[in-house]
Amino acid sequence: MTAAIDTVSDALATPDATQPWRELGLKEDEYQLIRRILGRRPTGAELAMYSVMWSEHCSYKSSKKHIIEQFGGKTTERMKQHLMVGIGENAGVVDIGGGWAVTFKIESHNHPSFVEPYQGAATGVGGIVRDIIAMGARPVAVMDQLRFGAIDHPDTPRVVHGVVAGVGGYGNCLGLPNVCGETVFDPSYQGNPLVNAGCIGVMRHEDIHLANATGLGNKIIMFGARTGGDGIGGASVLASVTFEEGGPSKRPSVQVGDPFQEKILIECCLELFKAGVVEGISDFGAAGLSCATSELAASGDGGMYIDLDKVLLRDPTLTPEEILMSESQERMMAVVVPDKVQAFAEIADKWAIEYSVLGEVVEGGRLLIDYRGQRVVDVDPKTVAKQSPVYDRPYQRPDWQDGLQADTPDKLERPGDGAGLCAALLAILGSPNGCSKAWVTNQYDRFVQGNTALAMPDDAGVIRVDEATGLGIAIATDGSGRYTKLDPYTGGQLAVAEAYRNVAAAGATPWAVTDCLNFGSPESPGSMWQLVQGMTGLADACQTLGIPVTGGNVSLYNETGEPGHIDSAIHPTPVAGILGVIEDVADAVPAGWHEPGLSLFLLGRTRDELGGSAWADVAHHHLGGLPPAVDLAHEQALAAVMIEAARDGIAHATHDLSEGGLAVALAEGALRFGYGARIRLDELCARDGLDPFTELFSETQARALVAVARADEAALRDLATAHGVPALRIGTTGDHDSAAHPAVIAVEDQFELPLAQAKTVWEQVLPSHFAA
Amino acid sequence: MIRIGVVTFPGTLDDRDALRAIRLAGAEGVALWHGDPSLHGVDAVMLPGGFSYGDYLRAGAIARFAPVMAAVIDQAKVGMPVLGVCNGFQVLTESHLLPGAMIKNNHRTFICREQQLSVENTATAWTGAFKPGERITIPLKNQDGQFVASERTLDQLEAEGRVVFRYQGWNPNGSRRDIAGVTNEAGNVVGLMPHPEHAVEKGFGPDSEAGPRTGIDGLRFFTSVIAQLTKEGALK
Repeated sequence: MTAAIDTVSDALATPDATQPWRELGLKEDEYQLIRRILGRRPTGAELAMYSVMWSEHCSYKSSKKHIIEQFGGKTTERMKQHLMVGIGENAGVVDIGGGWAVTFKIESHNHPSFVEPYQGAATGVGGIVRDIIAMGARPVAVMDQLRFGAIDHPDTPRVVHGVVAGVGGYGNCLGLPNVCGETVFDPSYQGNPLVNAGCIGVMRHEDIHLANATGLGNKIIMFGARTGGDGIGGASVLASVTFEEGGPSKRPSVQVGDPFQEKILIECCLELFKAGVVEGISDFGAAGLSCATSELAASGDGGMYIDLDKVLLRDPTLTPEEILMSESQERMMAVVVPDKVQAFAEIADKWAIEYSVLGEVVEGGRLLIDYRGQRVVDVDPKTVAKQSPVYDRPYQRPDWQDGLQADTPDKLERPGDGAGLCAALLAILGSPNGCSKAWVTNQYDRFVQGNTALAMPDDAGVIRVDEATGLGIAIATDGSGRYTKLDPYTGGQLAVAEAYRNVAAAGATPWAVTDCLNFGSPESPGSMWQLVQGMTGLADACQTLGIPVTGGNVSLYNETGEPGHIDSAIHPTPVAGILGVIEDVADAVPAGWHEPGLSLFLLGRTRDELGGSAWADVAHHHLGGLPPAVDLAHEQALAAVMIEAARDGIAHATHDLSEGGLAVALAEGALRFGYGARIRLDELCARDGLDPFTELFSETQARALVAVARADEAALRDLATAHGVPALRIGTTGDHDSAAHPAVIAVEDQFELPLAQAKTVWEQVLPSHFAA
Repeated sequence: MIRIGVVTFPGTLDDRDALRAIRLAGAEGVALWHGDPSLHGVDAVMLPGGFSYGDYLRAGAIARFAPVMAAVIDQAKVGMPVLGVCNGFQVLTESHLLPGAMIKNNHRTFICREQQLSVENTATAWTGAFKPGERITIPLKNQDGQFVASERTLDQLEAEGRVVFRYQGWNPNGSRRDIAGVTNEAGNVVGLMPHPEHAVEKGFGPDSEAGPRTGIDGLRFFTSVIAQLTKEGALK
């Protein structure tokens, strides 16, 4: 950009001036479209706005068509029963009863977290929390879904340390308990980690606010942190290209977060809402002022006038284009009726928040922006915020897909005796993905706010909403890149199925879904096929289960390899976050037992399903075949049994079977509180027609392990029968582990594994790599 | 009813939890604002945890100069019970109401865990309901929790019985002599890193032998001070 201001008059006077549209990430036809929309060339400021708002990251131009078809088209009226705000707003809102509403969302911050792991992850948390605040809610919990490269790769510690400290550093400083998440290591995420951050907020029904600029003459007030040079171009550059050495000089620049500023911003916004001072509040996410002004104006009933000279700057040398693109964190924009500006100022002053009246809602439907007294933007805001190009990208099943699916785990050597089974279990417990994640989760505050009824390593996080009644919510997030790589459609369904099962295992009724879709380049037909398949599977599963998708996020270009190969991109990773409702959080069920002599039941039936399994990965570094089959009717029946067993106070512990199957579920249930377990497999093997190895390590879905008192065995059997879920008593829980009475994980006729040994192996993995 | 004030600084996080704990213990919690120099007639004050002023400069260093702190310091010096938890403890050391200082954990990461403590002094305003030497479990969560002081100060604290809590099982931050909490000479001002307000309600506290999340050892910090203030009130 030149130092001279490029005004609308200049644009008219110099129609043929060369513009850096390519450097800003626009394609030739997109630039020509902007010229057609405006009837002239854009000014520098307008070009900046269109380029960020039309980036993949902001506009969803490659996925929009499919989002509308899949999530829009498949949400039935019945599914909308509890839906108060759906897809398209900052975050979806659902009614959970008692006059309470819950808003929740997950967003990716993948590329910034590779460039600068601490700040990338921290600002990922900050951004999603501001989305929740903008809805009028008090944030009550955060969560994080993390995918890193190989645990022993030399670059992995840099990313792990930064990301974990960043998620913790920001969330802890906001006073938000971190209650749910995943940490996965896989070489496919080398150079392209996934950092998905989620937030849940709670409000009364009447407190829901939408970000619309309505009411002629209403003031537009920007408040929070000052605007600096951070993240300029971040939205379009970081989200639109891969990091190629020696490539074009689209240098990514990362934003720096200040959680203290955000904490006082939260309290200030809540007080502004409570005092009825604001009509609406919008956050500043990607694309900064460009996004906030164009989205607010596009959602309103008029136009908007903004004086850029009124923006409070941290760096006075910023050009108007840079001010519009800056992604400085911890900023918000409010729409305020003129006679309430004074009241707004008093509340902002109380919290020592800086603010500036930038402009107002005007007639005419245009977004008008002046700088130094000259007009630099005159656009229809809808063309910026809502009418970006929509692409129907070609997609095609990759050539390698058939070969991958044909490479089944059947030929892999399986352990043949008890010692081999025990070694296989220990190997998974000591693997990067089967081990305890306490080294990560212990860096997060799970107690703050005093409402956490369950958190990691339980199957779902459970938070009390209403202190008087105990009404609460549960949240679980899941997604398997390995399963999705084998079959993206099934992978999308499996993400939903597992999160659904986890919420129900905790005792909550699944209520609504948010998703975060992490895929490769939409310009690669194979990656695009994975996206369409994964999204379709996810949407179909939600439709069958009758739970609405309330919002989501799509992160594309997660691709670092040469295009067109089996390993070009990350494992396609659709993450489903499922919100559940529990009438009384006192009924929430942990994932492990804390008493000896309880009866252990396996709910569900097992098949030989080892494609994409933890065992195949750990024992043979194998990924091939098909993922476990999905049976959503069985998932629903299983969920009903688990929820009713929790509500009736029968279930002492419920743990879903997922990666590592029964063997790992049994070990995790025992390790949760340090009580052993003894099971036998003969009846199970006879019923399912399988050998002990398959019963222990198969990853068949719709199964769970439940611990009940002997006196409640009949009640559990009755529940299972009523819902048509196979239930078999397979053993009992054992003693608490102590030096005098060492506990064991025992499988009769196969092996006895000292719990202390399992614990050591399970706990040492992450500290041995990262706590040196 | 006994009234216990809870101060909110910009960046305070556990103020609402502290007010809930005080209510559950049977007293009235009174929200106090950092910028308001009045204590509004409360009988005791709690400085809760969080990151006041974003821990800028040093944890607690800026909060110590808040208008409300002048009143807290004055009242503490004439015997008002004051409890500082985590960041509140840091504010108390910065205010010189308590000796020592907190530096970054020796392992340099934030840590959240259910921490076992021994109660070493039951004569303070906030520990009368405990038995000497009793083991209790209180959640701990901090980044800058390593208690340090000169050897002379540490010896003096030990000699005068002013170490109130010691970490048991494992020292989570490298604190000198496993010290988790200390008191002033008069025993009315107590500071500690673990969070008693997070162990006051069954279902939401640390695990205990009675089952997951059943630990409520933190409640007795508040019943202790309520009992002492009630007794003093009766004597007056």
